[in-house]
Amino acid sequence: MMNKLNFLQPDKNNLNTYLYTGVILVSLSIFIVFLNSFFNKDIISFLPGSISFFLPLILGFIGLHLIRIDYSGLKFLDRVNKNINTNNFNAFLSLLIVFVIIKSLPPLLSWFILDANIAGDSKDVCTGSGACWTYIKIWFNRFMYGMYPNAEQWRINLSFIALASLGTIGFFATEKFKKYLTLYYVVVYPVIAFFFIFFFISGGPIFFDFSYGIIAAVISVIIGFFIPSKFKMYYFIIVPITLYILLKYVFFYEELIELGKLEALEWVETGAWGGLSLTFIVSFFCLIFCFPIGLFLSLGRRSDFPVIKYFSIGMIEFWRGVPLITVLFMSSVMFPMFLPEDMFIDKLVRVIIAISLFEAAYVAEVIRGGLQALPRGQYDAAKSLGMGYWKMHILVILPQALKLVIPGIANTFLALVKDTPLIFVVGLLEIVGMLNLAKTNPEWLGFAMEGYVFASVLFFIICYAMSKYSYNLEQKYKTER
Amino acid sequence: MNIKKILPQLLTLLVVILIFGFFSYNAQVNMENRGITFGYGFLSQESSFDVQFSLIEFDGSHSYFRAYLVGLLNTILVSVIGIIFATIIGVVVGIARLSNNYLIERTAAVYVEFFRNIPLLLQIFFWYFAALRALPLPQDTEPMFGVFFLTIKGFFVPAFVWNNLDIFIYSIIAAIISIIFIRIYARKKQENEGIQTPVLSISIGLLLILPILSFLFGGVDASVEVPVIKQLSQSGFTYEGGIKLPPELISLALALSLYTATFIAECVRAGVQGVSKGQKEAAASIGLTPNQVLKLVVMPQALRIIIPPTTNQYLNLTKNSSLAAAIAYPDLVLVFAGTALMQTGRAIEIVSITMLTYLSLSISISIFMNWYNKKIAIKEK
Repeated sequence: MMNKLNFLQPDKNNLNTYLYTGVILVSLSIFIVFLNSFFNKDIISFLPGSISFFLPLILGFIGLHLIRIDYSGLKFLDRVNKNINTNNFNAFLSLLIVFVIIKSLPPLLSWFILDANIAGDSKDVCTGSGACWTYIKIWFNRFMYGMYPNAEQWRINLSFIALASLGTIGFFATEKFKKYLTLYYVVVYPVIAFFFIFFFISGGPIFFDFSYGIIAAVISVIIGFFIPSKFKMYYFIIVPITLYILLKYVFFYEELIELGKLEALEWVETGAWGGLSLTFIVSFFCLIFCFPIGLFLSLGRRSDFPVIKYFSIGMIEFWRGVPLITVLFMSSVMFPMFLPEDMFIDKLVRVIIAISLFEAAYVAEVIRGGLQALPRGQYDAAKSLGMGYWKMHILVILPQALKLVIPGIANTFLALVKDTPLIFVVGLLEIVGMLNLAKTNPEWLGFAMEGYVFASVLFFIICYAMSKYSYNLEQKYKTER
Repeated sequence: MNIKKILPQLLTLLVVILIFGFFSYNAQVNMENRGITFGYGFLSQESSFDVQFSLIEFDGSHSYFRAYLVGLLNTILVSVIGIIFATIIGVVVGIARLSNNYLIERTAAVYVEFFRNIPLLLQIFFWYFAALRALPLPQDTEPMFGVFFLTIKGFFVPAFVWNNLDIFIYSIIAAIISIIFIRIYARKKQENEGIQTPVLSISIGLLLILPILSFLFGGVDASVEVPVIKQLSQSGFTYEGGIKLPPELISLALALSLYTATFIAECVRAGVQGVSKGQKEAAASIGLTPNQVLKLVVMPQALRIIIPPTTNQYLNLTKNSSLAAAIAYPDLVLVFAGTALMQTGRAIEIVSITMLTYLSLSISISIFMNWYNKKIAIKEK
């Protein structure tokens, strides 16, 4: 039986008629736009101006209207209707998005690949209208390592490879060593990383300056065995520092350092570091430092001791209230005024301290959120078991609180990585700074776009991977409450 | 007293005092060596530098304090523009992410993931050095709608020339005040009699009618000044008349709003998703229309979740606007902590004023937020 066709209200009875007409109309409209965009052929150019412009949209709209049939019984059709074609407005938006994608593909493709140049090694090969990837190729080394001497770059590579492989140890640890992993990641790994970067990438004859620190640490650990546990906390803060100062400034003299110099590697000053490797170094150290500082600040903010509490509140609110760029300004122009004339702290170190303190305030607020979210019963239960402040926090409170705030901490870390380009304020050129430097090179004028696109893609990959990883971590540690 | 309680506090205090003492002692010595005395008297001195773009009149003969004001106003300008556009884009994208249309949802998601994962500074550089540099020269520019000129030297828009502007402003203020009264009246009526008044249409009507009346009877008169091209030299052209938005402002506002919008979009999404489904079903079951459900049940609850993090994002945007220094947009950091600092060499005073400005801004906003949170918190019985 043939039903009457009502094109305003398609129904199931004449499914095939509606379906074929609709599909033909939609495909026709997409085909017109496709031809226009990819082959620059306008097959409807015989129509007057504005109609030929809107015709694909109108055709597609009618087509989508015709195939909008509820419960048609065809799986694919139902899926399409449910996802992109629920009503007229949605159909219109869907068409618009499809057309925009089709329209923007050819120019993007031609800029990125078809008309782009990558061969050769000078500006002259870039004759096409597309991107000049030769520029990236020639400058790649600088974008990665900054002004670091070419012959010495293996040191950076080696350090990063070593640190990356040392960082993955956690995945291979057997059950027996699992309990030491936290200690490894919080204490041992940062120290190893620090030594790598200090002695390998920097490569200075600074060894003996540190030997004071090592001697001081060893002596204080030995004496530490005889101190009653009540005062151990304060002891381990005060004594090593005092010993270090005593050893360095009272018992020994600067001349003695000369004796212990190791001249193995050429010294590269931090001003020459740069590019993506500097981004990694800065974010790596700030990550390591800002987490414990933030943790202590958040605990301090909830402390019962008024002095500690208000000190923490002041620190947190101060760093959160000012933009990072002014903090960096402070570290570069104001901070040297606060130091004795002969005392000089390296630019990179100042920057790392500044960013760490800045991000620590954000970490502190995130962790505080987790601490507040824990029910009071957890604290009471831990106390009723006779646990002290530190034991309660380390064994009961923090494991739960930190689990809760994984997404927040990951976001702060992401913000940190994205903030590293700001160190251009103090004259350190990581990848974005190197791009700006390369852009002004008279031999390579006019390739700003390529550089920024390249860096954007790099940062996107890094940050997107980080956010996906944090999402996985969150899922892994999610516990039902 | 318990020694365990006193000792840590004393130690902290001691360390803080020691550090501060060390710093201030060194600062004193250093300043003595350089022959400068601490003080804010330099603020009234003549500044003798020029600023490219300022909302108030400024040249070398004005004081450093006025330079501070110029920077502050420019910061506020770009922040307000950024906040307006970030809110519009953020709300649209946030709602798009909740759409049941797969294509729209994906497009919004790609936008959010892409723009939030690229450093803001890189985006600013991209717009300023790459995208806006591709614009045509003033003499080659095709006008948009006949009156807007988007050139490499900036965006030239027509300006309004007003007669009796004050009467026009009064009419708008009068409209706003009467709208407030009507709202109060409508709420009372709703509470007492259960009758709804179409507040929105009345408000829009008032906002249109009163200014139109001021045009008809108040002697208010506005004419439009369209930018006109003018030759400066052999090959140098510019536009005269109208308002010029410098490319620094445009790229900064673009980058700030596109970047912050991604975060606002996530806030909006979280807020709307945070309203439990039962609320909507309950509202529908007592016979509210879909529009009423949205207006009276979903939105008030969603806003409670949306507004606090969004205010935080506004604050972030304002603080991020200090990145202007990287592309030489004369904001507070560039004018005051940059140029003025270089000229006077008073690092401590100037950096402290700059930081205090931002600090007071964010502290006042966080005080406001605490008050607001308390006010809108669900009062459980």
